[in-house]
Amino acid sequence: MEITYVYSKFRREFGRQGLFSDRAEAVMVDIQPNPRLMSNFVVKTPRDQASQACMDMSEHPRFESSNCGINHMEGAWPKDINPRDLEQTVRFKKKIEKEENYVNSLVHLGYVMDHCIRQNNTIDIYQEHFKEDEIEKVPEFPTAKTMSVFRDPNQVKRTITGLSWHPDGGRKLAAAYCSLDFQKSPPDMSFDSYIWDLEKPNYPEMALKPESPLVCLDYNPKDPHTLLGGSYGGQIGVFTFRTQVVPRSCGTPGGAILWWDVRKLSEPTERLVLDPSREGNLDQALGAISLEFEPTMPTKFMVGTEQGMVVSCNRKAKTPAEKIVCTYEGHHGPIYAIQRNPFFPKNFLTVGDWTARIWSEDIKESSIMWTKYQMSYLMDACWSPVRPSVFLTVKMEGVLDIWDLLFKQSEPTLSVKVSDKALYSLRIQDNGQVLACGSHSGEATLLHISSGLSTLQKNEKSLMAAMFERETKREKILEARQREIRLKERSRSEQSREDEAWREDGDEDPEQILAKVESDFYSMVEVEMRKRERERRAAALIWIRRRRQTR
Amino acid sequence: ADAEETLKRIEGHKGVIGTIIVNSEGLPIRTTLDNSTTSLYARLLRSFTTLARSAVRDVDPQNDLTFVRIRSKKQEILVAPENNFLLIVIQNPSE
Repeated sequence: MEITYVYSKFRREFGRQGLFSDRAEAVMVDIQPNPRLMSNFVVKTPRDQASQACMDMSEHPRFESSNCGINHMEGAWPKDINPRDLEQTVRFKKKIEKEENYVNSLVHLGYVMDHCIRQNNTIDIYQEHFKEDEIEKVPEFPTAKTMSVFRDPNQVKRTITGLSWHPDGGRKLAAAYCSLDFQKSPPDMSFDSYIWDLEKPNYPEMALKPESPLVCLDYNPKDPHTLLGGSYGGQIGVFTFRTQVVPRSCGTPGGAILWWDVRKLSEPTERLVLDPSREGNLDQALGAISLEFEPTMPTKFMVGTEQGMVVSCNRKAKTPAEKIVCTYEGHHGPIYAIQRNPFFPKNFLTVGDWTARIWSEDIKESSIMWTKYQMSYLMDACWSPVRPSVFLTVKMEGVLDIWDLLFKQSEPTLSVKVSDKALYSLRIQDNGQVLACGSHSGEATLLHISSGLSTLQKNEKSLMAAMFERETKREKILEARQREIRLKERSRSEQSREDEAWREDGDEDPEQILAKVESDFYSMVEVEMRKRERERRAAALIWIRRRRQTR
Repeated sequence: ADAEETLKRIEGHKGVIGTIIVNSEGLPIRTTLDNSTTSLYARLLRSFTTLARSAVRDVDPQNDLTFVRIRSKKQEILVAPENNFLLIVIQNPSE
């Protein structure tokens, strides 16, 4: 609708200035909304409105490009030459060959190429001149480094008598603390034994609280959450990380070995009395100190006794008398450790008094190899689990010895003074590189052995086998000789006994032997003294003669 | 004449299987091998040499490529580069 206002004006008034004046507003047109028109429309809710927070793009069609190599078969020909025309190509080539540029280049190139070809012909410059399969490592001196020390957190320090590594990778170490001085332990000594985490040497990860201090401790190799501990009061406790079970007592120091089944801890499943005369007489039984049990040979095991004898037993034997298979004598004092060589199970190592001895199962008379008498008592020993020729011992003067039988047999390859106090226990981890030793003052020292002592050398197994064979054979020969001599003696003594049956003195009794020995002794001494007297006089005469000559 | 002599001498060396001369565009000028092999070698080694040269010169602009030896299990490929041309020799190395 057009809104117009028509006004008329005289012609003579054109061009005059327009006189504007204000006027109150007046409604010219008023268009009301027409509600009837609403029916033409529908209310639509919700309304969808797309919006995007991105740049505005132009609306050109997309330009695609791709990168690919072009197989250029014969494309370098100049434009005027048809590649298929043989004549043209040949002509082109000949033209190039005539260029001076070409000739010069070729001469120079030929010279260079010649040199290399001749080089190739004379010698193969790429051949392997040095066989690089074995890079000779500079033989490093064997070392053992102390990595950390775990100290007994209690005021009163106790000896570490048992150590055991966690079977899964050995990140934890369990140590049994107990004061071995019989009845000298102060009344406020704590009974706890600890489990240490290797990463935290300042405080133990867990404490085991038995009723009496634990003497030895071992992780169950099949179940890393349970530990078995033997305590001072003669009890065995099974510790799991949640609860603690303490069964009745057993009596191992009394000379009998008892088998316990972990599930039925109320009484021993089997009993064996360690009597060398196989009579099962408890009075004659020996005290057992150490036990060796090889999981691959479940029927046999060996016991080291207080009297210095090793008893080898068979578990599956029918009667108790047959259970003790044989005994090995050789040590003068209690055997503190006994372990089979993990690579040669027929040979085992025992440690007691001042020596360490290696035995072969077949030779019962004596050990096949032994160390010379050391300065102090050997307290514990173990084989290295990775090298068959390496074993370690700890001594009362706080020294750890590492012996390498292939390197030197007369003395330890490496001797490390671990602490001032005596070392009582030793345990090496399954990787053969880390070991822990426990001292009298409750310190467990963690040592790291150099790789030279913990990596298997080539031929080591065969060399060790040969060494053991050799020593065993030597002992066998000696044994045979001994037997021969004994037989001869016996036959001779039998003969002489027959002769003596005629005589009236009969058998020599001890007193007569003693008297005889005494008289022999005195006569020998007299002979010796007379000889010395004679020599002295002769020397004096010579001296006098010389003086006379010089005067 | 000199060029001919040089080439003949090279081709006559012990162990040389073939010789190719390639120009700057990758065109084989002279060859002792068959066509397909020649064009194959020419094309491949041309780009290879260019790449090698640019690598050497990128590291040190004063430097330049003098020789390229590719030793493979069965033979050795020797490439002598020049401004315009490439001399390729395939040799059986003395074992």
